[in-house]
Formats: sequence, C-alpha cells, structure tokens
Amino acid sequence: MTNHYPKIYFYKRIVQAKIFMDTHFGEAIDLHNIADEAYFSKFHFIRLFKTVYGNTPHQYLTKVRIEAAKMLLQKQTSMTETCFAVGFDSISSFSGLFKKYTKTTPSTYQQQFKKRQAQIKLNPLQFIPGCFAQQKGWMKKAIFKMFPEETMPTFTT
Amino acid sequence: MITKLNHVSIFVLNQDSAFEFYVNKLGFTVHTDAPMGPGMRWLTVCPPEQPDLEITLMAIEDGMLFKAGAAEQMRNLVKKGTFGFGVFECNNLNATYEELKEKGVVFKKPPTKEFYGYEALFVDDSGNWFSLGEKK
Repeated sequence: MTNHYPKIYFYKRIVQAKIFMDTHFGEAIDLHNIADEAYFSKFHFIRLFKTVYGNTPHQYLTKVRIEAAKMLLQKQTSMTETCFAVGFDSISSFSGLFKKYTKTTPSTYQQQFKKRQAQIKLNPLQFIPGCFAQQKGWMKKAIFKMFPEETMPTFTT
Repeated sequence: MITKLNHVSIFVLNQDSAFEFYVNKLGFTVHTDAPMGPGMRWLTVCPPEQPDLEITLMAIEDGMLFKAGAAEQMRNLVKKGTFGFGVFECNNLNATYEELKEKGVVFKKPPTKEFYGYEALFVDDSGNWFSLGEKK
C-alpha cells in the first residue's frame, strides 16, 4: 500500500489537470498554469499527460472545445457565439479545427443535426430496431391515438 | 454469418438518471433520444470511440416487455446488483478510476491486479455493475 501511494497521487494530479480543462475550456487556458496547478514542470506535464491520455494537453483541450461546440450547435446556437463560448479566439481557427476533427463544417453539422432531429420526431421507428419497437408495443399505431397529438410520433409506413 | 453487434440493452430504473450517469459522468455520446409518447422514451448512448454500438438504456416498466409483476421483480433484481452487463475498456485504468471517482461514480472494486488482468468494478445509478479494464 505504501508503494501504491505515490502512483495514486501522480494520477490524481494528472486527472485534476484534465478535469480543469473539461470545466474551464471556455476560458483562455494557459498550459503553464495547468502544469503549475498539477505541480509539474511544463514539459514534464505535457509528456505525462500524453502518456496517460494519448494526446498532448493542447490537443486534448482542442477536442474538448470541439465536443462542446457540437453541443451548442445542436442547440442551434450561432456559429460565432459557439466559437467564442467554447474558448476559440477566431472564427477561422474554430472553423478549421472543427472541420479537421469532425470532417464537416460547423454550419453543415448544425443543419445535419437539425434534419436528423426532425426525422426522429417525424418517424422515430426509423431509428429503433423493429424487434424492440414490437416488444414495446410501439408498432401498433393505435396505441398513440390515446395520447395528445403533440406527444405522438408519426409513422410513414 | 453474424458480422457485428449494433444494439445492446441495459435495464435501468430511471432513464433521466441513467442519462445523467452515462452521458455526464461516463462521458458517453447520445445516439438517439426519441420521445415515444407520454412517459416513454427510446434512449441510446455510445462509448466515445464506438459510435456504431448503441447501448439502449431500457426503462423497466410494466407493459409488453414485462408482464404481470415482472417489472417489479426486475427492478428489485437490478437494485440488488444482480446484473453485470459488460466490460468497458479505457486507455489508463488508474487515471480513469480517479476521474470517475471524482465525478461520483461508485466502485465496488478499485483497480486490482487479478490473475486474468488489471480491472476495477463500478456500479451505475441503477445498480448494474461493470468491469473496467485497460486496452491491451
């Protein structure tokens, strides 16, 4: 157990740095500060972080920002607002990195998500394996007739 | 021949709470969240690096799936921790363990070296347990 302690302490420090990025991605994060917080020198921190997570802290932070941007775009937040809310300081770098990581532009991503949500609302059974829908009793159109129209899925077949 | 698994179900006591656990604590991605009428919802999530495996967070409720008291029996079994639904994988078990613990995930067993490998066991918000191991 004594030998185990330093290892646990080491991981706690790395994890704290990761959680800091997970929660403060919208701010101007300085990697020097994160390394200081974790009580590591900058270069030692970068090397250790990459060993544990497979990405440098900077790469990881970019991924967190892109994922957060996806969430905001899903809520139909404007591209400009999304860009600055997740911590990017220019639209061009945001747009470029978004495309690099997701293989699509922010606006296309937003449109595709909106279209998919509309399809789910219009025909949810398209997204559910038939066996489960059958077991749940959702294949029977009649079951929905007893519910208010706004809560009812509709069926195309 | 069978080529892949695309859906697997986990029976949960409450889908809202399961959403919070699997998405906000474990970091899974929502694949499909479809309202199916009052009180009914089709909710599937995916591990971040496995976007084509949908984990269905299936509510245990009376109906065609659970008949004549079976739902109540199933709820009790899940609460008691009867079911171990799978084995998850991460890049670094020690770091993932510390992070999930920090997020409030309950572990039945911390990272432990067993004769078959290095693993931890955690429990979801319903009582289902999972093994967590490292990528080999």
